[in-house]
Amino acid sequence: MKISFETVNNILICKLDGEIDHHTAKKLKDEVDKTIDTFFIRNLIFDFKKVTFMDSSGIGAIIGRYNKIKDMGGVLGVINCNKYVEKIFSVSGLFSIIKKFNSLDEAVREFNQ
Amino acid sequence: MSIIKNCMKLEFLSKSENESFARVAVSSFVSQVDPTIEELVEIKTALSEAVTNSIIHAYNNEEGIVCIECSIENNIIEIIIKDKGKGIEDIHKAMEPLYTSKPEEERSGMGFTVMETFVDEMKVESELGKGTKVTLKKVIAKTIEQ
Repeated sequence: MKISFETVNNILICKLDGEIDHHTAKKLKDEVDKTIDTFFIRNLIFDFKKVTFMDSSGIGAIIGRYNKIKDMGGVLGVINCNKYVEKIFSVSGLFSIIKKFNSLDEAVREFNQ
Repeated sequence: MSIIKNCMKLEFLSKSENESFARVAVSSFVSQVDPTIEELVEIKTALSEAVTNSIIHAYNNEEGIVCIECSIENNIIEIIIKDKGKGIEDIHKAMEPLYTSKPEEERSGMGFTVMETFVDEMKVESELGKGTKVTLKKVIAKTIEQ
């Protein structure tokens, strides 16, 4: 799995590319946490456009980042969830704590309010 | 109508690198019954959860052997994931949504819930000190040709 980062209006966008399972979840945790700490950004959006597989290990990694961001007083959202990512998010009840946006623009607008 | 009947057995070291390999191998095997993309994703995800449980919990991230047996009879797929790890002390507790014995490892505790949701039947058998066997069954919907 590859992760790329960009910032928009003091929001860190994490673009995930590939499979998120137990094996790759550690990389997700380490790279995202390092980037958050390096840039002191506490608002985070995960972009799932290029995610080809995700199981509950991925859910654990996302929840871990949510808890970190929450402790920093920040907000976490997700964009570009395909129907399989949506399904596992729904089964896990994750949408009750993490907001899904239809586009990056929508997410940025909401975060800036 | 021809009857499809086939089976395979796969054994591998309990390394996280092999989780993806297990998914690809089983996906490839079940493709002979033409599952939809949705059915395939569900099978892969459920399988991935069971294999991950063996690696993390059964063998505690140490070395062991995970065994997958997969059989197809017409449009019914049965996948058995077995290990000879430490076993599950309380299966009902382990299957509770959000319960995990390893919260420090950022485990969501949703593995069994995902498995139950994505397959038609799930059975978990375990004996402390001897190992665990998870049996997953999924019926692949077929289009009836007129």
